[in-house]
Amino acid sequence: MSSQPLIKVNNLVRYYGDHCAVDDISFELAAGDILGFLGPNGAGKSTTMQMLSGNLAPSEGEIVINGVDLLDSPKAAKSALGYLPETPPLYKDMCVDEYLGYCARLRRIPAQQIREALDLAKQRCGLADVSKRLIGNLSKGYQQRVGIAQAILHSPAVIILDEPTVGLDPIQIREIRELIADLGQSHGIILSTHILPEVQAVCNRVQIINQGKLVYASDMAGLLEQQDTGRYELVLKQAPSIAELNNIALIKQAQQRGDHHFIVEIDGKVEELARLAVENNWGLQKLVADQKSLENIFVTLTSGDADTDIAHEDAA
Amino acid sequence: MIKAIALRELRSMFLSPLAWTVLAVTQLILAWSFFTQIDFFFTIQSELATAPNAPGVTDLVVMPTYEVASLILLMVTPLLTMRLISEERRNGSIALLLSSPVSMTQIVLGKYLGILLFMLSFIAMISLMPLSLLMGTQLDLGKIAAGMLALTLLLAAFSSAGLFLSSLTDNPIIAAISTFGLLLLLWIISRNTGDTSDVFNHLSLLTHYTPMLRGLVNTGDVAYFLIFIATFLVLTIRQMDSRRLQG
Repeated sequence: MSSQPLIKVNNLVRYYGDHCAVDDISFELAAGDILGFLGPNGAGKSTTMQMLSGNLAPSEGEIVINGVDLLDSPKAAKSALGYLPETPPLYKDMCVDEYLGYCARLRRIPAQQIREALDLAKQRCGLADVSKRLIGNLSKGYQQRVGIAQAILHSPAVIILDEPTVGLDPIQIREIRELIADLGQSHGIILSTHILPEVQAVCNRVQIINQGKLVYASDMAGLLEQQDTGRYELVLKQAPSIAELNNIALIKQAQQRGDHHFIVEIDGKVEELARLAVENNWGLQKLVADQKSLENIFVTLTSGDADTDIAHEDAA
Repeated sequence: MIKAIALRELRSMFLSPLAWTVLAVTQLILAWSFFTQIDFFFTIQSELATAPNAPGVTDLVVMPTYEVASLILLMVTPLLTMRLISEERRNGSIALLLSSPVSMTQIVLGKYLGILLFMLSFIAMISLMPLSLLMGTQLDLGKIAAGMLALTLLLAAFSSAGLFLSSLTDNPIIAAISTFGLLLLLWIISRNTGDTSDVFNHLSLLTHYTPMLRGLVNTGDVAYFLIFIATFLVLTIRQMDSRRLQG
């Protein structure tokens, strides 16, 4: 694929009356990216998604999809787009095959390829068994899958999924995540959600939006770096006293959490700490990085004080 | 593309019990009215036979049937058009159309064509009743053709107004009531003014419909209906576009 980004968003602004729902957002999406779009309720996630999919016109700004301006030539731009809104756009009085066939015609899939596209989408979304069922009679989870099938039917370059795993059971969530990861290899995907582990599980880039502004954008590697706080959770069977721990040069500071449970801040490599524990026969049971999770970053950024340098925030 | 949207619309019409109910009720009422017209014709038949230049069965039975049909359809068309766009808005399926590579014009024309095809089946069913008289008598087929054309144009006009009002709201009931109100207003607007140069007479659907039922197909009347339809279709497209801007 070319180096040209699949989606290029420049200074996107959207007002509802006087209320500014999306305020000057710019970002890009490259092929093979799975971008997690995070934000609290009412942050402007869905509004952004609706603008990207052509359902809403932006007040200002530019959206370029696969090299085509969405506002100048909407038809060409939309043909490279698959969109699953918050509520799947289903016709309850049609059966799955009829509905997907209709979507295929809307997406201008040539008549002789429709059968094939339908079969592939159904197989990917696990819908093969319900082909002839009425959509209105399907469970919420299956309806969601039909929604996803509709979005990937024409194998678009860009897939926009607005909270795709809402209402699914844990097994279905895992299947959908696998599907998204699978699709991510050949498409660009934007995924909006407020389920944080989902982003950590499937995305390679993350963006947090709050009150219409982008407050955080990073790839997953950068996120992991940011998560390294130099703090570790330590559980020892034959624990030394807290004073003993604090006397060790490697350990900057140790706090006791329970009889055997410590939080230590170290100045150096974590391997050293592990070696110490073994040599001193402390009975090492658990040594985990006390990571600043995405959740912490999310909470910090969205709880009002957006300018705080998150790296120095207390993760505990 | 327009065809795909229209056919889906037509299918969903026939999948809903509403359309079948409307068809059945309309047909029942019309059948009763048709029957009474024939009955009336038989009672005065002997007098007609002696009168010079007497009206024939086409004038006394067929055309009144079309007149009754137009009144019933004025009442039921809003029920058929109310869901066209408002329901798609309400359950979110409009997003599928808006994110697909189709233009707003194609969406609106597709929807309109869908309802129009349904209306044609209506007209076919209604016309079968008077045409059944052909088995026993001679009819003025030219007049009947004019009646069918009149009803087609009228229903096409009703549908375009219904489509527009359906695009204004997310609530089908509100769309239905406002469509009914608008159509009724345009129907009766000429009633109280006898003056033919009156602007209200020109606006009225009735003044352009009744001449055709007498077999008089006037270019002005046909143009009225075509302009009426085009106006509401353009308004619908504009409305859909501006909804994207307002959100």
